[in-house]
Amino acid sequence: MTHHATQPTAPANAPAHAGIYRYDAVDRQFITERVAQFRDQVQRRLSGVLSEEEFRPLRLMNGLYLQLHAYMLRIAIPYGTLTGQQLRALADIGRRFDKGYGHFTTRQNLQFNWIRLEDTPDILDALGAVDMHAIQTSGNCIRNVTTDQFAGVAADAVADPRVYAEILRQWSTLHPEFTFLPRKFKIAIIAGDHDRAVIRAHDVGVKVKTNAAGAIGFEVYVGGGLGRSPFLGQKTRDWVDEQDLIAYLEAVLRVYNRLGRRDNIYKARIKILLHQTGLAKFTEMVEEEFASLRGPRYHLDPEIVAEIRRHFAPPPYDALAETVVDAAPGTAFARWLETNVAAHRQPGYAAVTVSLKPAGGIPGDATSDQMDVVADLADRFSFGEVRVTHAQNLVLPHVRRADLAEVFAALDAAGLGAANVGTIADIIACPGLDYCSLANARSIPLAQELSRRFADPERQKAIGDVSIKMSGCINACGHHHVANIGVLGVDKHGKEAYQLTLGGDPTLNAAIGDLLGPAMAEEEVADAVEKVVDLYLARREPGERFNDTLARLGRAAFKETVYAAG
Amino acid sequence: MALQAITANRLRDGVVVWRAGDGTWVERLEDAAAFEPAAAEQALAAARVDERENRIVGLYAFDVVVENGLPVPVKIRERLRGLGPSVRPDLGKQAPPPAAA
Repeated sequence: MTHHATQPTAPANAPAHAGIYRYDAVDRQFITERVAQFRDQVQRRLSGVLSEEEFRPLRLMNGLYLQLHAYMLRIAIPYGTLTGQQLRALADIGRRFDKGYGHFTTRQNLQFNWIRLEDTPDILDALGAVDMHAIQTSGNCIRNVTTDQFAGVAADAVADPRVYAEILRQWSTLHPEFTFLPRKFKIAIIAGDHDRAVIRAHDVGVKVKTNAAGAIGFEVYVGGGLGRSPFLGQKTRDWVDEQDLIAYLEAVLRVYNRLGRRDNIYKARIKILLHQTGLAKFTEMVEEEFASLRGPRYHLDPEIVAEIRRHFAPPPYDALAETVVDAAPGTAFARWLETNVAAHRQPGYAAVTVSLKPAGGIPGDATSDQMDVVADLADRFSFGEVRVTHAQNLVLPHVRRADLAEVFAALDAAGLGAANVGTIADIIACPGLDYCSLANARSIPLAQELSRRFADPERQKAIGDVSIKMSGCINACGHHHVANIGVLGVDKHGKEAYQLTLGGDPTLNAAIGDLLGPAMAEEEVADAVEKVVDLYLARREPGERFNDTLARLGRAAFKETVYAAG
Repeated sequence: MALQAITANRLRDGVVVWRAGDGTWVERLEDAAAFEPAAAEQALAAARVDERENRIVGLYAFDVVVENGLPVPVKIRERLRGLGPSVRPDLGKQAPPPAAA
């Protein structure tokens, strides 16, 4: 857990299967000490020894924000992986210290919205009891690393990216050089061609790959980020040896830490530095730094990698034949099998995505009772593992196909049976002005309205994988820039208004959507989105996806449809 | 210049509060005072004492109009703060009071 002078370590007694990184005594001591520190800091704040100016950075380092209605605690779920026990602990915290629900975010974290400052140390204690914390969820540090929710499961991946995400976690936590960066720094990592972590929208995106000799290495993208000035990450290196991962990222961070702007918060992210410096010059500086760092001190020991890999060893699967699941056509279960159940590399198993997007629901919200249900299902059917997706859903990663009917029935009974993953109704939405003090406009009510409009399964199927993502302000927590149809809330003369962007793409072929036209009133948005979708359906050619049709017809055709009088 | 109300969060628990005419902090927007501009300056200065003395945090003033004798925020942000999330009418200030035992 603690920063070990650039070298991650792993306990020698890692269990044969963990499915998740298990803390050792050093990790636990660090968490315990950190909570004790924060308890003292809270006490000193409440007694007036610390001013808010002094306390604010301390609370933010522990994930505690002051939001529109109350304090909000953002809890770290490193690389979106949880045990059933941890999810149950989150449910319990929601019940005891909040209002019985939490919100899963596009950073694979969990937010509680109604936290009392005086309770926070006890909450952090409860988290520590299950090897969790709220570190690296705020502040100008390296934030929690995100990854593919199907890590270790997807057949197309060359490795489990969580191994490297965990290495980066150990490297970055309390890294003395990178605790006060010019601005926050987000890293995402995948290990296949199917990008489920939007790596090119991150400050650093890493793709694990193998060379002809079968050795592991990394393709690195730098300078991505959404927000006020959206940029896609650019490839700075096609190959970094496994042993040089830390050295290379340290080099990137050093260049950024030295040259990133600290005088203007809007120009402080690495994307602006790279954009203003130019890729060639930036890469040259990184290479120079990398050359000076490369060597024994930053060498990533293969034995450490192997130790950490043991933590993510596959669970003890049963040897099963590939199983065909019977489902009566047209039933909810049959639809759910189509949309929410993904292939698994192990025969007879599947990865189940639990949609947190019921029609008319709040994307990413789950009640404590629902968290308990998922935790219990994880323990019974998925080797105790749960994942959180950047699309604000949960995953049971290792379910026997023969158990799918039972899992679906249990989910459905808990209001978690929505069969819409990857459809137009699988809408990403930030909390928006309903909760967030930075927002200009609400995003949840629009997501609710759109999810109701697109609730018909047959229509969802006809539309295909068109994505809608919405953000309540330009900070773009809802990833609207990389949606096929993005919705951005703006403040227009003191009123909520919304802009549409079209053509975004979150995959490795990433694209930033283009603004369609002037902002519109809240009540016009759902109709406008429907017009866009209807035009796509009417004009698409066989096999054409949304962005293809958009490219062929041109933005003007969609603009005309949306803004036509009457 | 518009009328203004003054708001903050209570330090200890984060609950949203507003400044009443008598200088106390109240938990419901309808009990907040709507200050004329000059009085708002004075009230804000007085409220800063409470901020310094660590009773409140996140202090600021915002524009209101008075309708039926009650302060009504001009901006939706403050209206939401006065009510709670529009998508969860069961939560926040707008939440129905707990049923009597």
